[in-house]
Amino acid sequence: MSAPALRFSVDGAPVEAKAGQTIIEACDDAGIYIPRLCYRADLPPGGQCRLCTCKVNGRYAAACVTPVTPAIAVENDTPELRAERNTIVEMLFVEGNHPCPFCEKSGNCDLQAMAYRFGLSATELTYQFPNRDIDATHPEIFLDRNTCILCGLCIRASRSADGKAVFGFENRGARTQLTVNSPDGLAGTDIATADRAAAVCPVGCIVVKGTGYETPYGERPYDRQPIGADIEAQRHPSAERKDADV
Amino acid sequence: MSKPKLATCSLAGCFGCHMSLLDIDERILELVELFDLDRSPLDDKKAFDSPVEVGFVEGGCANEHNVRVLHDFRKHCKVLIAVGACAINGGVPALRNPIGLRECLETTYAGGTPDADHFVPYDADLPLLLDRVYPAHEVVRIDYFLPGCPPSADAIWEGLKELLAGRTPGLPYQLLKYD
Repeated sequence: MSAPALRFSVDGAPVEAKAGQTIIEACDDAGIYIPRLCYRADLPPGGQCRLCTCKVNGRYAAACVTPVTPAIAVENDTPELRAERNTIVEMLFVEGNHPCPFCEKSGNCDLQAMAYRFGLSATELTYQFPNRDIDATHPEIFLDRNTCILCGLCIRASRSADGKAVFGFENRGARTQLTVNSPDGLAGTDIATADRAAAVCPVGCIVVKGTGYETPYGERPYDRQPIGADIEAQRHPSAERKDADV
Repeated sequence: MSKPKLATCSLAGCFGCHMSLLDIDERILELVELFDLDRSPLDDKKAFDSPVEVGFVEGGCANEHNVRVLHDFRKHCKVLIAVGACAINGGVPALRNPIGLRECLETTYAGGTPDADHFVPYDADLPLLLDRVYPAHEVVRIDYFLPGCPPSADAIWEGLKELLAGRTPGLPYQLLKYD
């Protein structure tokens, strides 16, 4: 026997969720895109990047870790939340080193794509230019902490999808950085190119060597369509934005 | 009625953005109908003699000369656009920022250990390098940004036309690129 659907609203439009779904899961099913950088549907959520922050009954909540409860009113695409998400993306750009012009991940990078989706031509926050370590010890996988946004996807992928524990965070606060579980660097770990952790990075931090620049400019995933367009394409035409009857 | 004037400069950049400006092909005929070129490396005019409407800034500030030129542009241009990755976030020249100026220079010119025969060049004619490369907006107020490395000719064309029409230059999705 299946549990009854939960009804709630997103920006005034009625949405149904299956019991136990988080807001982001229910919205993905309904074709409503909530911006995110640290969430993948097949991995446990981390609530790390806060980009999916919505207002639930007027209070901030990260949509990837907040379960749907009956009749909640979710605000997602509002001028206020759009402005705050813009700032999060800008802060991620200035607190790392993101060399889009020559980064292997350019055109397939979720952070860059998010900035494109938001129409961000530049940030006027002050660039930090941090000095971060790279790890080129592994023959097939390169770790460049300059672009790391501390989303934790590699940590979760390694643990839950690969059954390993290659990655983790070390230090706290502004000094938090990605680390690997070997004093010899990535080469000392049991990571393999086929691992989910080697492919899950949303930015150019973990890249498989010898695969860069394979797709020509103009044909890369986000050259073709904005991030989130695949989810929005699922939206039923009748699900217009209107006052919800929940 | 006289045409609005356009000034351009390349600071710590590679002239790629200027090349991209020229890459508008036959639309350059339309451009000269829209603007008069003022101070620019394209016409080799070295100094402003009057205020201009639009300043096109390529490159960030890596040395004191760049800062002087940028201040001069801010002073004379009604609207200043930062064009390309280097003007917007320092770009390739800013790769030295996390490392530090001294280490960069000593490694480059003296293998890391300067001595009587291997030293960092110095001369009054060499512009003094700044401690780090600064994006244009960290030195002066910038009105608009045209990202790209370089921005495509279409993006530059679109941006200049919008500006001339008195609108905020916002690029459509296909033209908004950071690479």
